[in-house]
Order: sequence, then C-alpha cells, then structure tokens
Amino acid sequence: MTGDALVVEGLTKVFNKNLVAVDHVNFTVKEGEIFGFLGPNGAGKTTTINMLITILKPTEGKASVLGFDIAKQNNDVRNVIGIVPQEYTADEDLTGLENILLCADLYGIPRNVAKERAMDLLKLVELTDFKDKKVETYSGGMRRRLELACGLINRPKVLFLDEPTLGLDVQTRTATWEYIRKLKKEFGMTLFMTTHYLEEADALCDRVAIIDHGKIIVVGSPAELKHNLGGDLITLAIKENDDVSGLIQKVEHVKEVRKEDGTYRIKAEVGEITTPLIIEALQKKGYAVMRLSLTEPTLNEVYLEYTGRSMRDAEESRENAMTQRMVRMRRTH
Amino acid sequence: MSETNGNSRSKLHGLWALTNRELKKWYKEPVLFLLSMIQPILWMGLLGKSMNLSALIPTNIPGLDSKTLMQQTFGTSDYFSFMAVGMIGMTALFTTMFSGMSVVWDRRLGFLNKALSTPVSRAVIIFSKVLSATLRSMFQAGIIILIAVAFGLQFGADFNPLNILGVFAIIFLLCVGLSSLFIAITIRSTRMETPMAVMNLINLPMMFASNAFFPGKLMPDWLQNVVQVNPLSYTNDAVRQLLIVNTVDYTQLLLDFACVGVFAVIVATIGIVLSWRFLSK
Repeated sequence: MTGDALVVEGLTKVFNKNLVAVDHVNFTVKEGEIFGFLGPNGAGKTTTINMLITILKPTEGKASVLGFDIAKQNNDVRNVIGIVPQEYTADEDLTGLENILLCADLYGIPRNVAKERAMDLLKLVELTDFKDKKVETYSGGMRRRLELACGLINRPKVLFLDEPTLGLDVQTRTATWEYIRKLKKEFGMTLFMTTHYLEEADALCDRVAIIDHGKIIVVGSPAELKHNLGGDLITLAIKENDDVSGLIQKVEHVKEVRKEDGTYRIKAEVGEITTPLIIEALQKKGYAVMRLSLTEPTLNEVYLEYTGRSMRDAEESRENAMTQRMVRMRRTH
Repeated sequence: MSETNGNSRSKLHGLWALTNRELKKWYKEPVLFLLSMIQPILWMGLLGKSMNLSALIPTNIPGLDSKTLMQQTFGTSDYFSFMAVGMIGMTALFTTMFSGMSVVWDRRLGFLNKALSTPVSRAVIIFSKVLSATLRSMFQAGIIILIAVAFGLQFGADFNPLNILGVFAIIFLLCVGLSSLFIAITIRSTRMETPMAVMNLINLPMMFASNAFFPGKLMPDWLQNVVQVNPLSYTNDAVRQLLIVNTVDYTQLLLDFACVGVFAVIVATIGIVLSWRFLSK
C-alpha cells in the first residue's frame, strides 16, 4: 500500500514572466514519511508549497498528490490534503470550536460528523477547555495548535505544514514536535513541512530537501547529509611534544588529521567508534591524552555548506515580510 | 474520494458558513453594530433636520404655497422624509465598501489562502462576501426605516406595508452590484491604502452626484448626466416611490428596477469573473 505521496517533476513557477521562483524542481515524498523542505528566505519554499496545495498554478512541470494531478484534479487534491499555514488564520472574533467547524464547512463535512471530529481534535491539541473562548484570547502556542486542529478536520492523508513552529518559544515548539510525531504514528499521515529551524528538521524529518534560488540542491535523510559532509570532528591534545599525526592517520576510519598549535583536528567517519581506537593506539605507544572532544556535524553545517553564508533578507518578498509583521502584531496584542 | 472522507456536498457548500462568518462579526458585537447605525442617524438627524428647506419659502407671497412647492420639488412636502430615504442608499454604499475591504484583510491574514486550499468553490468565496454585505445592508435599511419613522418620516398616500418588500428587493440588487464592484477592486490588493483611496474616490462623488440629498432634475445639466447613470439615483427614486410619494409613477418605478437590475447583473458578472480568474491564477 505504500507508494509515493508526492511526485514532483520539473515543477516551475515564473512570476511576471521574469522572476523564476521555482526552477524545474524534482522530488518524491514517500507515503508515511515526514519530509522537510529547507532553504533560505526567498528560496522558493512557499511558492512550491502553494503550488502543491493548489492555490498557485505551475508555469511548467507537474506534480501529483497521492496520484491526483495538482493542475487537472485539484479538487481531489484539496480533499486529501490538510494545511497548517504559517500565519494564524483562525478568525479572532470566533471561538476555537467555531473556527474548526468553519473549516469543516469548507470541506462540506456534515455538521454531526464535524462536531464529533472537532471535539476529538480539540482533545488532541489540548484545547478542550478553551473551545468556547474567542481566539483573540489565545496565546501564540494555542493558536498554532488550533491551526493544527483545523488542518486535520478533513482527515487529510497528506498534511502540509508551513513553518509550524515559527515564533514559538522552546516549550511550545517541543510540544508541537510531539503533536507532529503523534500524527505520524497514529494516523500514518504523510507530512510535508517547511522550516527554518534545522534542529527541528533533524529531530522530525525522515528526509529533507534543501532548496535555494528555486532549485533543489540536495535531498536525503539528515544522517546521510551529515555523513556526506565528511564525518565527525575529533579534537585532541597529548602531553608529549612529539608529532603523532602519522600514528593517528593509521587508525581505522580516520580520514584526515591536521595539527594546529599542539591540537590535532581529526575528521573521522564514525566518531564514537574511532575515538576509543585513537586513544588505544596512542596509549600503546605511551602517549597520554590530555584533552579530547568529539563533535558531530549538525544539519546547520550541512545547510550552510550548501546554501552559503550570505544573508537573504533582501530577497524576502514584500508580501512575506508584511505577513510576518502581521503575525507579530497579532501575537503581541 | 470525497466518500471515503465522509464528505459529501453540493457545489455551494460552505457558502452559508463563509457568509455567516462575516455576519457573526457584526451581530455578535452589539457595540460595533450600534456604531454602524450611528452614522445614518447623525446624517438623518443633523442634515435632514437642520436643512429645513421649507423654511426658505416665504409664506407672505400670495399664491405661493410652501407645501405645494416642496411637493413639486421633492415629491413630498417634508425634506426630512426625502433625505431619510437617501440614507438607505448611502448606508448600502458604505457597508458594501467595507465588505470589499474584508477581502484584503482575509488575504493579509492568510485566511484567503487557507480557504483556497479547501474544496470550496472559488465562486462561493466571492459570493459569500457579496451575500454578507447584501444581507447586512438590507437589515440596516430596515433599521433606518424604523428610525426614520420614529423621527417623523411621512409615508405617502399610496403606501402599502407590502412596499417594504419592494424596498428590500431594490436594495438587494444595488448591493449585489456594489459589493461585486468593490470586491473586484480590492481582490488583488495586499494593502489597505490603495483600495481605500479608490473607494473614497468613488464613494463621495457617487453619493453627491445622486439624488440622495437633492433632486437630480434641479442640478446643472452636466451633473444631471452623471446622476442619470448613477445606480444610486434609481435606487433612491424607487425607494421614494415605494415609501413617501403620494402618487406612484409605475413606469418610472419599473424603469428604476430595470436599471438597478441591469447594473447588478453586469457588474456582478464582471466582478465575479475577474475575481474568480484572479483567485485561480
């Protein structure tokens, strides 16, 4: 039964005939996996997501969601997907429950079914006690959870999350991750998420794609990508003044050794196995290890490796910046 | 696919939900609701009562009867009654204008995108805005008539309570047209300022270049031409025929309905086609 939830082939979006936002993008998302979409501001993440959720028409290329073509069968697509947008779209003047029921009406779900589902979802996101309170009284975390509940009302098979934890504090963010894991486990849902937080992608995603300048640069599991960077970094110093580079180099899994100011910087494939081997080799020859540290590369390094270090503020669209401002504005008052 | 989700629906599903969402903001907020009624009351109370036009007509000239003269000019001997009817059209104009603004709001807050990603029809999204503005205006029209009666509106000799239905019918047509027009103006905007400026540019001239405050036939020729293509004039005239004149001119009334009806159909078609195209870009 498992197949591909999303198949994207040569998907392209050109705005105003000259601004290429998404440039012949190809990827597939397997059913049941959490797929992360990473990239700097203005890289084309939101444009891609907007095409996949059928609110933007692609200029070129095609994509399908569970076999439904996003251009030709957009209504079928809309039925099987759920969306948790970046913004807080819930109506402030309505209560939490009214907002969920409004979403249900947009899907044409009969009232009795909708009410039952809404109560279940409110329980899932722990908002049952607040269901009859107006959304304007909700905190940022509660609003995000309400968005999640709204996005799930039609029992989607593929859920799109656009920056699901943007602007949330660490506690709320961690809680949101738990909900996302729960969704995957309980409903076997496919999740497609964009995020700026790399530790989030690392913690949640089965696979990630890094997109920049409208093109996908690399796709793979976080572990694979980190591995491709050249492995872990071991730093050590010994008491003696002898140069032991040659000795370390001979240890299994060691790829590269550099000596800088009496400290050895060693790149090795599996740090946690290589480190004891190095210590053993040194001790055999009578050297005493004085200091030692092991660093595993984070997705941050992977990301910077592929997208470079320059800031992207200038490329952020005006509308996007404005939306962010609105989000902040609503949150503060 | 919809069956497996337990979702079954008609083409128009979600219409009432979206319309009611707009209406709820209004009827659940009594303060907002009262505030929206203050403006027409002020206009009626201050302008309608202060412009005591019949006092301008001297009473000491033999053969000149102020009542007859007012009757000839305004179709009623009481300026307040004339002006109160103009308020109905004016309120419709402002209410529909704000319905246009709510599209910008929905876009900025992301609600529009969310609605667009659901199986709800694009037409339904636009219709719901039109419908909520229209229902609001019709309700407000009813309130204005009640207030005006309390302030001393004089019904014409031909008045029949069923005429109120006619008033609602013409307000319905006018509002369908106007709100489609305003939605078509705002649907592309991401900011409030531009459509606000455009609407202000349309609104005031539309109000004054109509027979809301003064009969068109007494205006300069060039202005009369504007008054004659202004749907608001026909609406005002129809409401006056239905409520305050002594002898209803049925040919004129029919013409009023025909003109406002044609306006509504044309503008609504253009507005909805434009909006639809934009929403499914």
